[in-house]
Amino acid sequence: MAHFTKATSLHDWLNQRLAVDTLRRVLAKEYWIPKDINFLWAMGMVLAITFGLLLVSGIFLLMYYQPNVNLAFDSVNYTIMKEVEFGWLWRHIHGVAASVVFLIIYIHMFTGIYYGSYKKGRELIWISGMLLFVTFSAEAFSGYMLPWGQMSYWAGMVITNLFSLGDLHMNGLVEWIRGDYVPGQAFLNRFFMLHVLLLPLVIMALIGLHFGTLRIPHVNNQEGEEIDFEEEAAKYKAGKKAESKVIAFANDFLAKDMFVVSVFLIFFFYLVFYHYDFAMDPVNFDPADPLKTPAHIYPEWYFLWSYEILRPFSTNVGLVAFGFAQVIFFLLPFLDKSPNAKPAHKRGLFKVWFWVMLVDMIILTAMGKLPPEGIFSTIGLYAALTFIGLWIILPIITKMEKEV
Amino acid sequence: MRELKILAVVVVFTLITYYLVEPFAHGQMHKHTEFNNFNYNGKSDIEEVEHKIAVAKAANEPTEELEKKLEEKKQFWADVEKIAQLQGDVAAGEGTYAMCQGCHFEGATNMGGVTPPSLEHAGSLYDKKYLIALVKNPAMAMNVDHKFKDPAMHPMGAIMGMVTSDQDIANVVAYLKAKKAGEVTSKEAFVEACGRCHADRYMKWTQVGFRPAAKEDIKTGKDINMLKFEQKVAEEQKAVAEYMGKLPPDLSIIIRARSEHFLKTFVEDPQSQLGGTAMPRTGLSKEGYEKVEEFLADSGDAKRHERAELGPKVLIYLLIFAIFAYLWKKEVWRDLH
Repeated sequence: MAHFTKATSLHDWLNQRLAVDTLRRVLAKEYWIPKDINFLWAMGMVLAITFGLLLVSGIFLLMYYQPNVNLAFDSVNYTIMKEVEFGWLWRHIHGVAASVVFLIIYIHMFTGIYYGSYKKGRELIWISGMLLFVTFSAEAFSGYMLPWGQMSYWAGMVITNLFSLGDLHMNGLVEWIRGDYVPGQAFLNRFFMLHVLLLPLVIMALIGLHFGTLRIPHVNNQEGEEIDFEEEAAKYKAGKKAESKVIAFANDFLAKDMFVVSVFLIFFFYLVFYHYDFAMDPVNFDPADPLKTPAHIYPEWYFLWSYEILRPFSTNVGLVAFGFAQVIFFLLPFLDKSPNAKPAHKRGLFKVWFWVMLVDMIILTAMGKLPPEGIFSTIGLYAALTFIGLWIILPIITKMEKEV
Repeated sequence: MRELKILAVVVVFTLITYYLVEPFAHGQMHKHTEFNNFNYNGKSDIEEVEHKIAVAKAANEPTEELEKKLEEKKQFWADVEKIAQLQGDVAAGEGTYAMCQGCHFEGATNMGGVTPPSLEHAGSLYDKKYLIALVKNPAMAMNVDHKFKDPAMHPMGAIMGMVTSDQDIANVVAYLKAKKAGEVTSKEAFVEACGRCHADRYMKWTQVGFRPAAKEDIKTGKDINMLKFEQKVAEEQKAVAEYMGKLPPDLSIIIRARSEHFLKTFVEDPQSQLGGTAMPRTGLSKEGYEKVEEFLADSGDAKRHERAELGPKVLIYLLIFAIFAYLWKKEVWRDLH
């Protein structure tokens, strides 16, 4: 039995049992962040807040949602949207947040790529982040099935069909995933389970891992400068805060984060109240009808770029290209052979690579939505080839890079 | 300032992506249909046939039938225009209207596929020229003449043998416009103009009326009156589905499933948005359509007023939050620079 003394205060009582002072020191007051950062470094906090919004609104929706092919549509569009007090608000928050979270994830990812924040000890930050991206994608897809509208049904049909893997004709695998020949009750039930239990658990575990991977290499900074954190922390603690290159996570970094979060929330709730349509496709307000294929089937905007890498090719080639697009970002830390962990503008050809990649992915996104006809098909094909080409030349151009 | 430059880059790329994925892509996916402002002059009907002729010519197919149809349509709508200029006599129209009442009355039952609608608010709901066209040739007015070899075979086709002179048509329409034009609620507008074919389950509307409140027998848990009602609904739906080819969709949430422009242009001329559809033109006037739209919004977007009221409050709250967050940041960072 460990030794405990009579507590002098509630704080002391907790401190003896939970070491709250130590926790506070390690997690907040002496968790050092570089000072030379901009608002893009707050995207992690913005993501955490958005995930919180998704979680809380999801809990409220879960209280009324019915995972049954006959009841699901009306439980969302009637019960939640009309009967439940503020049900409409929770639903719009959930729907808009599911879309906006991907916008922030992409900004967060491209920030990491631009500043080289996946290099030199930060590989695991990148990989755990990519795992989060993939899990969020699965979470978004499974959630999209739940209202059981036309787009839920047909997107579910198209995406699960991919698992037949073209000429391998693995129809058994597709049936196994669906639990039926076509999306039906078994399909809806399992995607419901994935959406509200398994995937959120995985996401929360991965968020923990993502935070953990940051601890030792520390957050990167705007110039990619290598900082002696112990030395700079000593300066900070000695009161030379202005001179020190680091700041404390709380309240220094947090104060800036919260300002960025507040601006983000204004934008977010503007969308929730005045511009929610982009996140809630009209087609999905028609109930699922297995006998009626919609004129245009397209995924939500955040999947369009990888959809367009699948689409311009023949089935087998398309699937290989699609598989390539899904895993290649994981390998970024190993394909970038440059010795520099510096922002792109200091890295010569890599700077060009970055902007071409960004523009190419926007083109892929646009072409993924447009009907695959005429000029759009051609642009889509070249954009997909450019995407693959960019990854092939990445090791070559970064190998040639001089140390700066 | 560097941060603002970075923000500008992020915003510009976000907006470009948004523009391409939303307004641009949807503009490409949906053909543009011109809106004629609920002015029924046969413009889109004639254009439709002209388009078919062009398509047939391009495919080297015979166009004689279509040319004939085109002439017929032009003549028809020119006649409608002419009748619209006549001075209608309301008192004489009342006499003619007695003939309408043979089919159109409260509690009318299904005749040849559909139940004749109540005309209680016809004068307020429907456009004058459309009503003229409808009495003159129902199939032509509704732009479903392609479904009937002989327009008299239309369920309302009998009217063509009953009201024959231009003056009679002008009189009965003048009567509807004068005497059947009271204040109309959104519910009445939907029920009379749409409700005989379309159910709206979120408003408890069925093709035969509003669903009565359930009264279960406590001993069996069954509501026999409700079961009888359900049977009536099922029979009516079967008749409508057989006549239309399929059961017309429930309109509970159509207000969110289609754009405002689609709904307007579709109601004005269903063929313009959905070529070959069995849906007839209903001839709603601008005012009539607004009432129907209100009903559909009450059904599918019931909390829009609450949303409009809450929005500014939330945004003002967040603005104040942002000001405090900024002041806090300033305070904390004073020592850091």
